[in-house]
Amino acid sequence: MTELWQGLIKAIQLIVTFDPEVMEIAGRSLAIAATSCSIASLMCLPLGSLIHFSRFAGKRLLINLLQTLYSVPTVAIGLFVFVLFSRAGPIGGLGLVFTPIAIVIGQALLVTPIILGLTISALSGVDKAVTETAISLGASRFQAIILTIKEVRYAILTAVIMGFGRAISEVGISLMVGGNIKGFTRTITTAISLETSKGDIELSIALGIILILLAMIINFALNRLQQR
Amino acid sequence: MSLIETINLGQQFDRRYVLKEINLKIDKGEVFALIGPTGAGKTTLLRLLDLLEISSSGTVYFDGVDVTRSQRHRLEARRRMSFVQQKPIVFTMSVYDNIACGLRWRHEKDQTIRQKVESVLELVDMAPYSSRNAKTLSGGETQRVAIARALIAEPEVLFLDEPTANLDPASTAKVEEILAHIIREQKTTVVMATHDMSQGQRIASRIGVLMSGEILQVGTPNEIFCLPSTKEVAEFIGVENILNGIVIEKDANLATIEVNSSIIQAISDYAVGDRVYVIIRPEDITFTLAKDTSSARNVFKGKITRTTPVGPLVRIEVDCGFPLLGVVTKKSAEELELSIGKEVYTSFKATAIHTIKRWNQ
Repeated sequence: MTELWQGLIKAIQLIVTFDPEVMEIAGRSLAIAATSCSIASLMCLPLGSLIHFSRFAGKRLLINLLQTLYSVPTVAIGLFVFVLFSRAGPIGGLGLVFTPIAIVIGQALLVTPIILGLTISALSGVDKAVTETAISLGASRFQAIILTIKEVRYAILTAVIMGFGRAISEVGISLMVGGNIKGFTRTITTAISLETSKGDIELSIALGIILILLAMIINFALNRLQQR
Repeated sequence: MSLIETINLGQQFDRRYVLKEINLKIDKGEVFALIGPTGAGKTTLLRLLDLLEISSSGTVYFDGVDVTRSQRHRLEARRRMSFVQQKPIVFTMSVYDNIACGLRWRHEKDQTIRQKVESVLELVDMAPYSSRNAKTLSGGETQRVAIARALIAEPEVLFLDEPTANLDPASTAKVEEILAHIIREQKTTVVMATHDMSQGQRIASRIGVLMSGEILQVGTPNEIFCLPSTKEVAEFIGVENILNGIVIEKDANLATIEVNSSIIQAISDYAVGDRVYVIIRPEDITFTLAKDTSSARNVFKGKITRTTPVGPLVRIEVDCGFPLLGVVTKKSAEELELSIGKEVYTSFKATAIHTIKRWNQ
């Protein structure tokens, strides 16, 4: 209990004094998660629309598969990316292993099923009459699709925020393909893991509180959007 | 050539024909109403004409161009039309943006869009609602926004699917007033589906009766309501006196028709021996207590079997050897003391009767 209390005090100290190391780690975590999430979103929005608006065999199966991948273990993706980028791997020559780029790629892979699946699910919730009304009012197929996406803009934003939440809180990928290198690939979650094993529980708790604060901000944003 | 023409247009769902061999011609500036019971295929036909669906068979011409298949021709033609659905969907945006989107899709300039939206909002009496979220409007207001949205692009053809089906009488009157204005001032071609026959009669210049996926009759409202071409049309338009008869004598165009051993005289084109349906509109039947000395050729004594008040009128059912239904005002019913069991004389003119050939028994 004392450790928790001291951790809390230390967290406040670290936050209010803008501790350079903590700020750097938090900043990196945010930047990596935001980048991976943006990349995934940029891919998922058109891809999700394409899947939703086209008819093909195995569509239902694909959606089921995506939904299964919502809960894929981060270490599994970490392992996959590690094997891919390690020196002996198929694209090991790029030298990306143990770089923030590798974490971004891993996290993007992690959140893609979530953002893609929720985008498709949001679009499926739109009454078909919306697209038809747009077409009947002179919209081209493309314009009608854009309108349909706009109709579910808040649900899609929610999907993106969910993806962001998953990215910033994961530890498996960051640890396995980032390597937790101080000043280079260390993120909040990998730092917590390291500091705990080193016995610096207070710093771990402080970082944990910062992570929870970030999660809270995300949740508040999510709720605000859902209320609109 | 007509503005819209269909040749043998058909639509199938799950191997079942929803529409069969529809051959229609709709001219520029015409107001055409499709009437028919629910499930007759009115909406499907409108969707085919508005090019929202591709037909299983047949051809649609718009302004002389075959628009049945080509995506490019369909988009070009569709941009000259607008469709107001039975339950209009408004987009999650302001009333202004809802109305403006049609013009934005046509890449109009912002200033033009603003002017046109303001003017059409005035037309549908919705100007104060411009910045309201369209999702928060009532049914009548939503319908007006849908009409405004359809009109903004100044379509050559306006399709309306049951435009007042879900509205209260006040909103219906408002929507009909707007439609009348558009038809009068803008000379827009209007094709509307309605199951409200009186609405078809009020608004349309021509009516098509669609039943079980087939067009049974096309004509002016007067032709449809006074001279239905089949028993089904007669029943649909509310004619309740449909009697089975056979022409037994013909003198010029005056036919003597035997109905249940009674003799009815009617103006008819059918020949001796033809089996016919004798159609008499209830409002053409006169009730008297003494034998009528008027010019009516058909006078029958009968006993009242039922009286049913309907608003300001009373429906009187009489057994004259064959069943006959007439209507009188409440006041007349009271004056004549028309009640069940009372004997009355019913009379109707030979010219008030319409006959339809009866092919079955």
